[in-house]
Amino acid sequence: MTGISKTFPGVKALSDVALELRPGHVTALIGENGAGKSTLVKILTGIYQPDGGSIQIDGKEVTLPTAEAAQGLGITAIHQETVLFDELTVAENIYIGHQPRNRYGLIDWVAMHARAAAILHGIDAPISTRTRLKDLSIAQRHLVAIARALSIDARIVIMDEPTAALSYKEVEELFGIIDRLKKAGKAILFISHKFEEVWQICEYFAVFRDGGQVGAGRLDEVSHADLVKMMVGRDVTQAFPKLPAEIGEVVLKVDGYCHPTEFDQVSLELRRGEILGLYGLVGAGRSEFCQALFGVTRPSAGMVTLSGKPITVRSPSDAIDAGIVYVPEERGRHGAITAMSIASNISLPSLKVTSRRNFLRMAEEFDLARKYAERLDLRAASLSQPVGTLSGGNQQKVVIGKWLATLPKVIILDEPTKGIDIGSKAAVHAFMSQLAVEGLAVIMVSSEIPEILGMSDRVIVMREGRMAGVFEREGLTPEALVRAATGNKEAAA
Amino acid sequence: MNTLRSLLARREALLVLACLLLLAAITARFPAFSTPHNLAGVFNDTSILIMMALGQSAVILTKSIDLSVAANVALTGMTVAMLNHLAPGLPVVVLIVVALGMGMLLGAINGFLVWWLDIPAIVVTLGTMTIFRGLAFVESGGAWVNAHEMSPTFLELPRALVLGLPVLSWVGILAIVLAATLFTRTGLGRAFYATGGNAVAAVYAGIDIGKTRFLAFVLSGTVAGLCGYLWVSRYAVAYVDVASGFELDTIAACVIGGVSTIGGVGTVGGVVLGALFLGIIKNALPVIGISPFWQMAISGAIIIAAVVINARGERVKGRVILRRKELPL
Amino acid sequence: MSDQSAALSPRHIPDRLDGPLKRALKSWEMLLLAVAIAIAIANSLASPYFLDPWNLSDATFNFTEKAILALAMTFVIISGEIDLSVASIIALASTAMGAAAAAGAGTPVLFLIGLGVGLVCGLFNGFLVAKLGLPAIVATIGTMSLYRGIAYVVLGDQVYKNYPADFAVFGQGYAVWIFSIEFVTFLVLAVIAGVVLHKTIFGRQVYAVGNNALAARFSGVKVQRIKFIVFLMTGAAAGLASVMLTSRLGSTRPSIAVGWELDAVTMAVLGGVGINGGTGNILGVVIAAFVMGLVTFGLGLLNVPGIVMSIFMGLMLILVIALPLVVQRINSHRRIAR
Repeated sequence: MTGISKTFPGVKALSDVALELRPGHVTALIGENGAGKSTLVKILTGIYQPDGGSIQIDGKEVTLPTAEAAQGLGITAIHQETVLFDELTVAENIYIGHQPRNRYGLIDWVAMHARAAAILHGIDAPISTRTRLKDLSIAQRHLVAIARALSIDARIVIMDEPTAALSYKEVEELFGIIDRLKKAGKAILFISHKFEEVWQICEYFAVFRDGGQVGAGRLDEVSHADLVKMMVGRDVTQAFPKLPAEIGEVVLKVDGYCHPTEFDQVSLELRRGEILGLYGLVGAGRSEFCQALFGVTRPSAGMVTLSGKPITVRSPSDAIDAGIVYVPEERGRHGAITAMSIASNISLPSLKVTSRRNFLRMAEEFDLARKYAERLDLRAASLSQPVGTLSGGNQQKVVIGKWLATLPKVIILDEPTKGIDIGSKAAVHAFMSQLAVEGLAVIMVSSEIPEILGMSDRVIVMREGRMAGVFEREGLTPEALVRAATGNKEAAA
Repeated sequence: MNTLRSLLARREALLVLACLLLLAAITARFPAFSTPHNLAGVFNDTSILIMMALGQSAVILTKSIDLSVAANVALTGMTVAMLNHLAPGLPVVVLIVVALGMGMLLGAINGFLVWWLDIPAIVVTLGTMTIFRGLAFVESGGAWVNAHEMSPTFLELPRALVLGLPVLSWVGILAIVLAATLFTRTGLGRAFYATGGNAVAAVYAGIDIGKTRFLAFVLSGTVAGLCGYLWVSRYAVAYVDVASGFELDTIAACVIGGVSTIGGVGTVGGVVLGALFLGIIKNALPVIGISPFWQMAISGAIIIAAVVINARGERVKGRVILRRKELPL
Repeated sequence: MSDQSAALSPRHIPDRLDGPLKRALKSWEMLLLAVAIAIAIANSLASPYFLDPWNLSDATFNFTEKAILALAMTFVIISGEIDLSVASIIALASTAMGAAAAAGAGTPVLFLIGLGVGLVCGLFNGFLVAKLGLPAIVATIGTMSLYRGIAYVVLGDQVYKNYPADFAVFGQGYAVWIFSIEFVTFLVLAVIAGVVLHKTIFGRQVYAVGNNALAARFSGVKVQRIKFIVFLMTGAAAGLASVMLTSRLGSTRPSIAVGWELDAVTMAVLGGVGINGGTGNILGVVIAAFVMGLVTFGLGLLNVPGIVMSIFMGLMLILVIALPLVVQRINSHRRIAR
């Protein structure tokens, strides 16, 4: 494919990128969050239509107007979020849209279950084809997604960060599957930002940054450092402007926090001016723990002490009143009300302050919004602009500003730089550091090792809902983090 | 033990049990109710509800709702009744084709608005519901078409006995078989489930969710059109308020049958049993001497109870992160 | 778009870009007002009786009760829910008042019973939707059947007629000159609804819940409570409408106010309230109520029967939502073609 572009309202997601895939080989597509990788996948699978450029298979130009058309041309994808059906069985999830038919043209369930079982067997996945998807674990769902991709007689297999939710052992299994696909002559696009994996199984690479292509070629012709430089566009060491903050007394103390299904026995202490990193694989229970702390879900046991006083948090409004705020990972769903204005978003949790006796005072709302918009260096045309029209980074600034306006003691940031551009990312990091210096206690949930290493004073690693280790900043290595998070002694890659 | 529990957890089993208990309770006082002859009568009486509930369930599976079905019955029924009155020579087959075609057209109007303009189904069908019924008034001028104005063949067809059962019952049975085949054995049927279950995943699976919804409305409308003819000929009268409020009964049958109003969950068996449950109650009320005026309140209470039960079953269980042991991989 | 905004200096973010006049001129309400005026002119041309003040006053009776429902419905729809049971609440409240009147209750008691039944029904709806988390469409379809069903159980094919003579004041009395008590009550309620929706924390939270209930909850809004309150509001409004309608008709049948939920929803949507929640305002709904009143009145002058008018209502509901979408669709096609 050459010269692919895609523009969304407010964002140029891809501009003039090119990519080549070869049968029997794995091409790595590398880039940070927001580099345009997922957009490209959606174009290749017929979900989005490109604004320009062309796609060729075997030198013949093709168009992919629908997902069906892409499948028909032998393009299949394993998506980042597993897009499957909770209420349907495993077999049907694998075959929906192309179910085997009997000679009357009706769906042949017997054949479907048999073929699904054969595919699952082929990838060593001992899952019953009659189980409903909602009863499977995340890793098992991923195997179903892989089985689905294999059920289409595909020539091109796209894997969009397939290892994000998998344990070390499961990743090894996946690589076995990839090897088999390679031998079967499939062309594979492997999307990841984990270099170890890329080096382990890929032959070719392409690097995207901010929606553009910044490099491509054979992997054995470049060094690790070259790739990092291409991906980040600057030296990694400069990426984290962590300022030394004065660490004060304990603000938040959590003892033996438990939840029936999500996490178990989590305890921590957080001090003034401290940034506490919370690391773990996707689905390790980090967000769930933070949301319980914020009153979104109820813990089954445990105690929270804020500034020496035990508190009970039954709802987010209790948490906000106590001085704990949470910047959620899913900005559009939990963080911002995208159809409402910047001012209304920022003032929403602080309406009691800006209004008089329950009656709104618009001037106060705009003043409050402007104060935090300017502090966060927000780029917007006006404060009445709907948040949804801002770029991801600026939306995140609005969400952070909304919480700072409540003058909290503890701020929890869940994946604060996920899916935002490099410039905003650095701004968010700098600001986070500034907050710590000003005496706020910060909990930062992140899946990005450089971010955890660069920003945290202390790191707690979670695995499968439990605490798997506490590390001080000094002398902390990526290997130690990965080892604790995956629970595998040899995991250090 | 486990199989027993999983069997009991199924809505169909629960409904069979509920229907049997209901029948047992009525039979205890009025043994005549459960004679095969009377039960066949109950089924015959419920056939129209079964068919329309199946059409409705296709729509609800795709996470929409069709409030216009009863008005569709009124308009289509009035149209064929008037055609029959004005041209008694026209063969009934032609009238049935007219009913099917007209119902399909009305359903397609709903579906088109939902598909092409993405207007919420509730708004579209709330609007078309009054429009269709209003058109029935315009076309008839508010007059009734009575039994003596209809031709004998027009009236007799649903009543004619075939193998001991009236044609109406056979049409109901045929509808059940066709619906079961459509829902479980065709791509379109599974697309209904996929569209309502997870629209995003459906798009990724190459399913056109707009078209699927459109076809669900077409199906629901076509069935309603056929029922328009069946209704006026069975009750031997056509007037503007025919089947007034019947859309609620079709929704009630679906909800009782375990069709999730959030979409993507439900079975043909459940819907049929849900409709039968309502049908038994409706037929039992006069037998046990309760005024038919109770029927509306009872079906309202049952709808609420069924939604509450459904909601309990659907309550999202948390993703279980804490594992007892490592997965057998 | 972002390039444009990024180019602006971050230090000077204005409150808004458009002035108040410009915003008003571009608004849906202005369009509606123009439509209302056009219909009024058409009506006055079509019938010489239209402009008679007493005729106009009579015309207000046709829509004020429905408009009161629409005011409350506006809150429910903006909060992202819908209440299809309002007309059935009217029937149940009216039946309760009829039964009480038959037992000899006086006018103040009847008023309280009407309002009270409405509140209790709203409370039950709120419990189902806010507390149990049921989807509002199905839950209120259930209560729609239940409430009117109870009215049928009580009344069957009977009629309650014996209301005290002074009970007629709510539906037939006049406050000042041609302005009926109903109409004045509606205007007062409209002002209150406008203030509550647009000028209070509660109103802002209703918008937040309707736009994104999850994000609202994450922002400390008590979502359940807001939803509960809006259903209480529709219940109370239906109770009040029931008092007025019963008083105006002087009788109660179980089929009273059939189909009014459609009229209330249509008024709200015609007034620019987005059916998916989160957008709309009271002014638009008030103008829409007048538009619908004028249309009904005009058709009435032309001797169009009620059920045919309902075709217009249904068409209006769909067209009002469809037209902007069609225009948008055509525009975007044109843009691609260019």
